Amino acid sequence: MEIKPLVLHYEVSGDNFTGAGEASVAMKRELRQMGFDANVIRRAAIAMYEGEINMVIHAEGGVADVNVLPDRIEIVLTDEGPGIADVEQAMQAGFSTAPDNIRALGFGAGMGLPNMKRYSDEMKIETEIGRGTTVRMTVLADSPKNSF
Amino acid sequence: MTSGQLTAAEVRRRLKLKTLCEPEGEKPVVSGYAGDLLSWVMGRAPANCAWVTVMNNQNVLAVASLCDVGCVICAEGAEPEETVLEKARAQGINVYASPRPVFELCAALSRLRGFAAEKGEKA
Repeated sequence: MEIKPLVLHYEVSGDNFTGAGEASVAMKRELRQMGFDANVIRRAAIAMYEGEINMVIHAEGGVADVNVLPDRIEIVLTDEGPGIADVEQAMQAGFSTAPDNIRALGFGAGMGLPNMKRYSDEMKIETEIGRGTTVRMTVLADSPKNSF
Repeated sequence: MTSGQLTAAEVRRRLKLKTLCEPEGEKPVVSGYAGDLLSWVMGRAPANCAWVTVMNNQNVLAVASLCDVGCVICAEGAEPEETVLEKARAQGINVYASPRPVFELCAALSRLRGFAAEKGEKA
């Protein structure tokens, strides 16, 4: 019998920062109940949180879809924001286009995408200027990154 | 839990911190982390640490919760607003405050028995 993945869906509001992180915290709770290793949960939660924050800062929100399988967690973040002009540049640690008011909140360190790559086992970015961005990340239950 | 392991409440007592909220005072605290850039903290703060920061907005809670920190210590009197503390209570995050600067608080933490002041060190 094929095991059906647990499917989680979260709307990430772009209004303000008060709700940012709620989807990640909710996902974390689900993963904990399912008995995943603490390091796997931590990696998935951090990767998802950074993605959530990015969607709030740059894209007026978006949606997060999570498929939970016994051996991996697949996270897909989709927004209809401005798109990323230069993905390679955006991936560099320290590069950020976040405005000053966002930096004052403690964001905009230019660590978002690098953290997502660092904590996931696989990451793919599809982006189109003026249309939006989709980030797909996979966090494996069995990974050398679990000993970070 | 082994006897002698530090808890959030014990850290609060020893450092004479002000309690802003302490929903889970028995949470273990075995190490520390200092920082204000949330993405940086998010990527590096270890679980069960005392996180010392001057950042006091609501996003501190998401980071504290996702990183499983033992307690948040707001340095230099940077206390969060009551609405933030209400959420901290609901999420089980211990939040303390002190007028002392970050450096002094970290130095004081490192002198606690049962505290790992350096990465890799056993508490």
